[in-house]
Amino acid sequence: MIEISFTQIISTILLMLLGIAVGAQVAPIMSWVERRQCAIIQRRLGPNRVGFFQFRLLGLGQPIADAIKLLFKEDFVPPYVHKAFYVLAPVVPVATGLAVTVAIPWGSHVVVNNQIINLQAVNLNSGFLLIFALSSLAVYGVTLAGWSSNNKYSLLGGLRASAQMVSYEVAMGLSIIPLVFIWGTLDLQTMITKQSEILWGFLPNWGFIHAPISFFVFIVTIFAETNRLPFDLAESEGELVAGFLTEYGAMRWSLFFLGEYSMMFVMCVLTVSLFFGGYELPWLSQHYLLEILNPQVGEVLARWILLPLGIIVLLTKVILLMWIFVQVRFTIPRFRYDQLMKLGWIYLLPIALINLIITAIVTAIVKFH
Amino acid sequence: MEQSVYYVGMNPYLPILLILIFGLALGLGVSGVSLFLGPKKPNSSKLEVYECGLPVTSSAENRFSIKFYLTAILFILFDIETIFMYLWSTAFDYLGWFGIVEVGIFIATLSIGYIYVLKRGALRWD
Repeated sequence: MIEISFTQIISTILLMLLGIAVGAQVAPIMSWVERRQCAIIQRRLGPNRVGFFQFRLLGLGQPIADAIKLLFKEDFVPPYVHKAFYVLAPVVPVATGLAVTVAIPWGSHVVVNNQIINLQAVNLNSGFLLIFALSSLAVYGVTLAGWSSNNKYSLLGGLRASAQMVSYEVAMGLSIIPLVFIWGTLDLQTMITKQSEILWGFLPNWGFIHAPISFFVFIVTIFAETNRLPFDLAESEGELVAGFLTEYGAMRWSLFFLGEYSMMFVMCVLTVSLFFGGYELPWLSQHYLLEILNPQVGEVLARWILLPLGIIVLLTKVILLMWIFVQVRFTIPRFRYDQLMKLGWIYLLPIALINLIITAIVTAIVKFH
Repeated sequence: MEQSVYYVGMNPYLPILLILIFGLALGLGVSGVSLFLGPKKPNSSKLEVYECGLPVTSSAENRFSIKFYLTAILFILFDIETIFMYLWSTAFDYLGWFGIVEVGIFIATLSIGYIYVLKRGALRWD
């Protein structure tokens, strides 16, 4: 018997709002983190003035001040651009960047009104392929922005960005395949549950330990996909002023960053869920904690206790990974464009293919014998 | 029996559509707010195409390198191959060694094409 349940619908909406809230907050917070980290590396102070009332709070008010400033800037649409595409282009990364947050697994599940609620807003049987499908739409925003600006710098920046994003998508897709057959599923929740086990008695059963080469290929392609340094050839200011962003200003300009940071966050969540056990603590799986808590408080309450714990664990892992993103940005200089294409096509693609074959043979020997 | 009741929420694709609409509204809305709040002071140099201050000689809608087309075509070829391998990887346990041999042949064919592309210099950018 199939019954439509409002509990399910409301919980899906709440999970969607959680995703939107986190996805949209990443950009302001990361902009502050990035400026402070840059300042620390360059032995400066960075933004440390704007706070709340007399409290400076390390300058955490800076993103809010920036947002207000951007709202009051002139919304300028140049007369020579293709207006419809020019206006729509910044919206594409925002819409896709927020849409991918629906696939984030925040935790296993909770029980409300005797119904099991999966803590993932959208749980399709295609699993994490949804993230790939939506994230590759972001390339349209960049291409449209570059073309519609009707500026040579923008056009070149947009072309470069789109060529770069499609090139690295091949290696990205190939690098993840070993994990699919190691875990035997595309579902992130099942993968995370399997990663909470213990390998050889002392190691967490993380995907990173099963497929380390996949991880390194994947992390490099994420940098390229999200247009981050050392791969931000699209905006290399030494050659192209600001690439596809040249003709953009005020809020439209910051919308690109909102989408980009949201995408970066989801990609970090995906990396953590695939390679580092997602919301599960290493060595202390939720299943084990549930067995301890169950006799004392009952299963329903125990699952509610584990929900914030899982989210905190997930966010801690993601923040660590994003901090590495920031570190890399200010440590490694930018590539040249031919080096970038060479890295993607001539190194990463064959490495991913060979890794795929070797992992397949090893997995088959382990699984079938 | 109570357990036999199967509860369903909304269609799993609906949240994605809703968020896409929300993102569209957010993007247009935020830049719309800026349209009302911001000043309007156009001047002649602001209305010109930005080319580092030099006078504009030609339109941007010009020819560009064939390499970008080649990259796009190669991307489509290799990306479709990736999708085939996803299908195999989900049925890995079911297909067993047969699947691995088949995919091995597939990858070998793919590598011949890849080496050809490499030798013809389609991926050389310098």
